[in-house]
Amino acid sequence: MDHEQALDLLPGYIDQELGLSEALEFERHLADCALCQQALAQQQQVSAQLRQADLRVNAPANLAARVKAALPGRRPLRQQLNERFGRWAGGAALTWAPVGALVLGLLALTWSAGLYLSVPSRQARLTQEVVDSHIRSLQFNHLSDVVSTNEHTVKPWFDGKLNFAPPVVDLAAQGYPLVGGRLDYLNGRSVAVLVYHYKLHPINLYVWPGKDAGTTPPHIYEHQGYHLAHWSAAGMDYWAISDAGEAELHGFITDLLVYSGS
Amino acid sequence: MTDPAMMQRFETLVLPHMNSAFNVARWLTHNDHDAEDVVQQAYLRAFRFFGGFRGDDPRAWLLSIVRNTFYTWYRQNTAHAGDTAVFEEDLHSLQTSAPGRDDSPEALLDRSQSRQRVHSALQSLPLEFREVLVLRELEELSYKEIAAVVGIPMGTVMSRLGRGRQQLAALLAPTDKEA
Repeated sequence: MDHEQALDLLPGYIDQELGLSEALEFERHLADCALCQQALAQQQQVSAQLRQADLRVNAPANLAARVKAALPGRRPLRQQLNERFGRWAGGAALTWAPVGALVLGLLALTWSAGLYLSVPSRQARLTQEVVDSHIRSLQFNHLSDVVSTNEHTVKPWFDGKLNFAPPVVDLAAQGYPLVGGRLDYLNGRSVAVLVYHYKLHPINLYVWPGKDAGTTPPHIYEHQGYHLAHWSAAGMDYWAISDAGEAELHGFITDLLVYSGS
Repeated sequence: MTDPAMMQRFETLVLPHMNSAFNVARWLTHNDHDAEDVVQQAYLRAFRFFGGFRGDDPRAWLLSIVRNTFYTWYRQNTAHAGDTAVFEEDLHSLQTSAPGRDDSPEALLDRSQSRQRVHSALQSLPLEFREVLVLRELEELSYKEIAAVVGIPMGTVMSRLGRGRQQLAALLAPTDKEA
C-alpha cells in the first residue's frame, strides 16, 4: 500500500469501517509513515472533540405535537368519530344496537362478496409482489445479503437458510455477472434471490420449488416500467425482474436456461 | 385513506426519530425555525411514502428524506437568505451542558468555550462536509447508512469525512496553541 492509498483509507480506519485485510495493510504502512501517524492523530482528535462537545440538538418539545397534527387524515377522523359517538353514547345508543348490528352484518357481507370478486389473479398479485420486492431491494443497499461473484460462495450461503437448494450459475462470461444473493419473502414463503447485473442494471432472480410458473421460453412483459418473466424448470419456479430492456432480460433468461441445464 | 395499522406502524417506527431528524435539519439549516419547518415537511413526505418502506432502518430512511427536504428548501431560499447571520442565535442554545463531570465555574467556562469553538468550526464547514460529519459524529451512522442517506458511494463518504476532519483540524488548531 502506498502513501496515497493509506491516506484515502485513514478515515475508514478511524471509524473502524475497513475490512480486516485493509486495516492490517493500513497498519503496516502506518508503522513506518510519520505523515500518516500525524494525520491519524489529528483526525482522531477532531473526531473526539466533536463527540465530546455534545453538539446534538434535540427537537423542541412542541414539535412532535405539531408534526402529528399535520399528518393527513389523523385528527379530523378521530375528532369526527369522537363527536358522533360521544354524543350518542349517553342514551339512545343501546336501543339502536340490534339495527346497527344488522346493518354492519349486511355491510360485511356485501364487502366480502366484493372482495371475492375483485381478488386479483394469482399472476397479477405475484407480479405486484415481485415489483415491490425488487424496488425495495434497490433501496439502501438491500440488494444482497451475501456479496460474491462466485457461485460456490453464493450457493452454500443458502444452506440452512432455506429448505431447498437453488441452482446457482454465474453468467459473467455472457455479460450477466452474478453479484450476490439474499433471502426474501414472496408468495407466502421464503425464497432465494440471486442478484445479477447487466451493465449497471440489477436483475433479481427469485427462485423457489414449484412447477406452476409457466413454460419456457417465458413471455416477457412490463409492469411499472420493469420487465418481468416467470417460468418453471427442473422443479423450480423462477421470477426474473429488471429495469434492463426486454432484449437484455431475454438474453439473460436464454443464457440462464442454457447454462443451468448443463 | 388512512389505514390505522399503518398509522400505528408509522408512529412506532418513524416518529421516535424526531430528535435525529431535528438535529440533522438544525445543522443543515443553521436555525431552529427553519429546522422545524424542514422536519415537519419531511415527516409529511415520509408519511406519504411510508407504504413503500420495507427496510429495516427507519432512521436512515427518515434522515434521507429530511436531507432531501432540506435541499429543496435550500435551493428555494438561497436566493435571499445566505449562510450567515446565525451565530448570535446559536450561542443561546449553547448553555445547556452535559451532566456529570466537573461542574466548577472554571471547568464549566472552559468546557463551554471549547464547545463553542468546535460548534462554530463545524457550523462554518461547507455543507457537503458538514452533513457527513453530523451524520457520522453526532448521529453515529455507519458508512453504509451515510451513503444511503446522502446518495453517494461509501468511498466518497470516507473521503468527505477525511477532508471534513482535516478542515476542522485546521480551524481548531491555532487557538489550541493560545489556550
